[in-house]
Amino acid sequence: MLKHEQIEKSVGLLIVLTLLVVSVGGLLEIVPLFYQKSTTTPVEGTKPYSAVRLAGRDIYTREGCYLCHSQMIRPFRAETERYGHYSVAGEFVYDHPFQWGSKRTGPDLHRVGGRYSDEWQRAHLMNPRDVVPESNMPAFAFLAETKAKDSVGVDIVAKMELMRSYANVRGIPTYTDEEIKGAQAAIGDMTEMDVLIAYLQGMGTALSTMKQ
Amino acid sequence: MSDFVSEFWNIYVIVITAASVFACIALLYVQSKATFTPGKTMGHVWDETLEEYNNPMPMWWSWLFLITVVFTVVYFVLYPGLGNMKGLLGWTSAGAHKAEVEKMDAAVKPLFDKYMAMDVKAVAGDKQAMEMGKRLYLTYCMQCHGADARGAKGFPNLTDSDWLYGGEPEQIKETLNNGRMGVMPPHAQLGADSVKDLANYVRSLSGLPNDSVRSAKGKETFAAVGCSGCHGADAKGMHALGAPNLTDKIWLYGSSEATITETINGGRQNKMPAWKEFLGDAKIHLLTGYVYSVSQGAK
Repeated sequence: MLKHEQIEKSVGLLIVLTLLVVSVGGLLEIVPLFYQKSTTTPVEGTKPYSAVRLAGRDIYTREGCYLCHSQMIRPFRAETERYGHYSVAGEFVYDHPFQWGSKRTGPDLHRVGGRYSDEWQRAHLMNPRDVVPESNMPAFAFLAETKAKDSVGVDIVAKMELMRSYANVRGIPTYTDEEIKGAQAAIGDMTEMDVLIAYLQGMGTALSTMKQ
Repeated sequence: MSDFVSEFWNIYVIVITAASVFACIALLYVQSKATFTPGKTMGHVWDETLEEYNNPMPMWWSWLFLITVVFTVVYFVLYPGLGNMKGLLGWTSAGAHKAEVEKMDAAVKPLFDKYMAMDVKAVAGDKQAMEMGKRLYLTYCMQCHGADARGAKGFPNLTDSDWLYGGEPEQIKETLNNGRMGVMPPHAQLGADSVKDLANYVRSLSGLPNDSVRSAKGKETFAAVGCSGCHGADAKGMHALGAPNLTDKIWLYGSSEATITETINGGRQNKMPAWKEFLGDAKIHLLTGYVYSVSQGAK
């Protein structure tokens, strides 16, 4: 029988056994998730992000929106009354990385798609206090000054190809060659704010009751 | 049907989990059988006097450890977690949410039923209904129309008696249920000069300072290019199209010549989302009453 003393005195053995013990949690709680249908199959209506929305998503990530907004509606009445259907795993299969967030200084945004008009989103991003005087969100007016093709759109083709390789590994629907080829044209002259609004308006629409 | 892509992962989870639990029990058992010599040190001394003894685990600690093991077993019997096993309680997070929603729905149904049976104007006069309506308004509507319902640039003030689509209960309810899409087409193609004429004419309609020569020309353009098709020959607007009355002092986007010019050149799109599916009939009914009541305050 292995004695405590033996483990203590052999650094190599101590490392191996420690790694074994600490990996049990991950092996049980993380690894099986990669092999569950509910986490790897897109929910009906969930589509890969279009070039414009993918670029908008990069703005969302770049500006750190996830620091104040979650994208995770929990299955509690208090949340579903306010935001809509709770989030399910199959809605996030095209999110690399996830923007779930863990803090709500602002409201959850997972079902914000279609909830407000494009004009509201624009006015709100230009200066949140113009429409919600109580808001403490920073203004993002500068997003209207840069063309997306000069920032997040520069390497959009490479990004879409990467997303396609992820999707191919999992065997889920993804971009066609034409969609990737037309990515730059789809973004065209849109500003960073335009593509961000396109991203927001597409969010969580698969299970939303707010119809566009 | 199993959620795992293959049976392997089911067994994988069960085996590792069970092995971990058994390992805990085995460790407790071995510890309880071990013999200890009180006062005997392990031969380590630190900081001159700090010695390491080899004493048995405190009993309270061993018992707590055993309780966690028992808890684990009970938990796996009752709740899902061990591979594909569903647990005797059949608990799911979706089911728990459904039960929570149904419980609350059943509790508030008599209240909603009572107000559904009343017409909107009666609801608007009911104190409790208006408290409920205000809560709903503050959750779903204030982001655009403001907490005080006075709107913002591009988002209508609900407290005045001016309506784009009409302020009767049926019209308000239609707006809430199915939303509205107001479209003013752009008219920059008329040329800067004509647009300036039009802007002056529009300002003259509500008695704002304007260039009378230009506004006279603008009046002709107004009829000639079809502005009157939506705003009416008298420019008093049209509820069916959501075309605003241009002769009053209420402005959705602003009354300066620059803003009016911007509106004429670029047009405006103004969307109110449809809430029918999201909110359902009962909440829409209360909200209709609330919106109606705040608009009555103006009179």
